[in-house]
Amino acid sequence: MEITLWHLLDSLLAILLLGLGWAALSGTDLKRGVVLFMAFGLLLSLIWARLRAPDLALAEAAIGAGLSGALLLLALRDKEKSENNLGQPGFLPGLASLLLMLLLAASFALAYVSAVTGHEGGRLAGLAFGNLEQSGVSNPVTAVLLNFRAYDTLLELAVLLAATLGILALGSERRPFRRPGVLLEGLVAWISPLLVIVAGYLLWAGAHAPGGAFQAGALLAAAIVMLRLGGMRSDHLPGPLVQRWLLVGGITAFMLTGYLASFLGLVFLQYPDGRAGLLILLIESAAMLSIALSLGLAYIGGRPSGWENRSSRGRSS
Amino acid sequence: MIELLGSLFILASLAFFAAGSIGLLRLPGVHARLHALTKADNLGLGLLVAGAGLIGGDLLLALKLLLVWLLVMIASAIAAYLIAGHAMNDREES
Amino acid sequence: MGEQKQQGAQFMILTQLIFGITGGLLFAMGLRSALVRESLLARIIAVNISGAGVFLAFVAIAYRGLEETPDPVPHALVLTGIVVAVSATALALALRRRLDEADDE
Repeated sequence: MEITLWHLLDSLLAILLLGLGWAALSGTDLKRGVVLFMAFGLLLSLIWARLRAPDLALAEAAIGAGLSGALLLLALRDKEKSENNLGQPGFLPGLASLLLMLLLAASFALAYVSAVTGHEGGRLAGLAFGNLEQSGVSNPVTAVLLNFRAYDTLLELAVLLAATLGILALGSERRPFRRPGVLLEGLVAWISPLLVIVAGYLLWAGAHAPGGAFQAGALLAAAIVMLRLGGMRSDHLPGPLVQRWLLVGGITAFMLTGYLASFLGLVFLQYPDGRAGLLILLIESAAMLSIALSLGLAYIGGRPSGWENRSSRGRSS
Repeated sequence: MIELLGSLFILASLAFFAAGSIGLLRLPGVHARLHALTKADNLGLGLLVAGAGLIGGDLLLALKLLLVWLLVMIASAIAAYLIAGHAMNDREES
Repeated sequence: MGEQKQQGAQFMILTQLIFGITGGLLFAMGLRSALVRESLLARIIAVNISGAGVFLAFVAIAYRGLEETPDPVPHALVLTGIVVAVSATALALALRRRLDEADDE
């Protein structure tokens, strides 16, 4: 088997990834663990680029490293009752779990090697590439996400909404940050509009180049995070009613499209001929706003203070 | 020819990144480490962007890379300022 | 022509093996940490790393070498997975925060 420079690079990336993962998991200081996890996410984004998955690289950098890291950093401030990081397990449980882990990794490796080197089975890629022209977009990943497997994306938005409902139900927002110095405030003031523009560009470019609704939504969520860090609570976000509608907007757009198709006599979520591109753009726009607001609310930490409960509506004003 | 020049730029940027990383690991104190990190890595990224722009060949691509470099410089400068300010506050309190 | 294709296939398979087995190791490491560590935050990080290992195995299978476009279906699955992972993390962190407040009552 010929080992080229590429494989040397791959081995280096793999070893670095394993090292970062192990360091992030085994340290006793949680702050170090979180920062190492962010570095892990960035290295993973580089690996996606190496494996020719640019959409994933964008999404991993924005969501996996950026937003996840921001959420974890914020969560470091929450105290935990049994903050027992030094609780390394006893000898026997530790050994047992180690053996279990090795067994799991070995059986996975066995199955994986036999799958990769064995007989080539059927693949969906042929179907996807074959039908790409009729899908309405030319980026194959977007075509799979928003056309061929649109039902999965609909369910994914439902999962996102369920998580958001849980976060909203669990408590009110975290204490807002105080107003920062002039430099950070200036940075936030300049970067937020830039983020909005780049998010719009990514949404548009997702049809023919790497990009799409998820990456764009993540950038908008990053704008919300930056506004929050700049001490501005909800100055620039729309009001509670609009926010509620935006949160369900993605799923609503999907469902309306699906029922429209049924109404026209087609299967649920089957796009009418020639309209696929336009419908995909509309659905992606609504989904981008939903994702942005969901992830932004996740960072805010709970119900913003402007939202009223039904029970308190009678009492206020 | 242009690709050779681009590759040389990228190799030079590796030296700067290595210098920045070694400075982060070996220098004493927060401020010295910040200095090594921001100066060396900004210049390293600039050389990398120049090399990638040359190899890429497209003017629009090179302009986008330039924008990336500018954003990274602004962000790292402000982050360094914030970190240094906090380090100074910590030192005053203790 | 057949030999060139076979060399291309071998190139692709070696990369797939390197990254796929790394993914499996990450999955097992993350799972072990999630079982063993006591801190909830450490467990959340461990589950995230475990998920990243699964994603790596997916994308490694989708890789078709330097010449051919990679398989888009696993890419779409992993993209969905990344978003679901972050929303699950956000919910887990909110639960952790609420648990802490509940313990204080």
